Amino acid sequence: MDQFAVKVFVRLRPSVLDPAGEATKSASIKLGAEGIKSLRIGKMIEVKIEGNGENEVREKIDLLCDRLFANTVIEDYEYSLEKL
Amino acid sequence: MDNFTVGVVVFPGSNCDRDVSWALEGCLDVRTKYLWHESSDLSDVDAIVLPGGFSYGDYLRCGAIARFSPLINALDEFVKSGKRVLGICNGFQILTESGFLPGALVANKNLNFICDDVELDIVSSKGGWFNNLDEKQTIKLPIAHGEGRYHCDSDTLKKLVDNELIALRYKNNPNGSSFDIAGITNEKGNVLGLMPHPERACDEIIGGTDGLFTLKSLILK
Repeated sequence: MDQFAVKVFVRLRPSVLDPAGEATKSASIKLGAEGIKSLRIGKMIEVKIEGNGENEVREKIDLLCDRLFANTVIEDYEYSLEKL
Repeated sequence: MDNFTVGVVVFPGSNCDRDVSWALEGCLDVRTKYLWHESSDLSDVDAIVLPGGFSYGDYLRCGAIARFSPLINALDEFVKSGKRVLGICNGFQILTESGFLPGALVANKNLNFICDDVELDIVSSKGGWFNNLDEKQTIKLPIAHGEGRYHCDSDTLKKLVDNELIALRYKNNPNGSSFDIAGITNEKGNVLGLMPHPERACDEIIGGTDGLFTLKSLILK
């Protein structure tokens, strides 16, 4: 069995308003940071997972992302995978 | 309808289960039974309410974890049989997460947790959940949510409109919901999800009775 470290990034789709991102952008400007054009907040999920090779692990992660980690009505996801 | 029993689902973090039970039993004399989320036996209930609250602490997304409970797995057959399911607030969020209703509920536009009475237009008579047969087309119900902004893509919205699946719209949209949507039904009409709380408007002494009709309609066949 191979072990992999997976980082999943879940982001609100561009068409979905992100009020938390807007509020953070506003605070960033109050802090004095200049030049911020856009700020959106997502989630990063770290998973350590075992499987017989990368393909099998990708299948599992695809299922997890599609059915649990992200709600594809409002969110997109992508992930990176590193063999340990 | 003497033996008609409404199942009120209890998740870890539900907090309107007792209110729903009180409204049904105390105000409408309808028998209720609490259903723990790990139960998948729905054989002795005739309708189901998914109450408000914060199931599983709203972890990941509101309703996202509750979707995987044995009870929600068993709900598919219950819904297909035509029995009625009412999802209130967190219950509505669970119904969208689990695919019984389209769209999703996301953070309110102004990021506030909004606790208020709102005026609502009754849009569709599908499922007979609202009393819109007379001239009164507007009701007032309480809302209490931080993540009640209904969102769907334009194709889904068109489908909702074309098939008369939009049950309720806010008169003054409090949370930024698409098309002012406060509640929708499935195509068959036996599943209703809404952000306002009908169970909190079942007695004049607590500010109104506009929620009674919806709870009463649970016993429709």
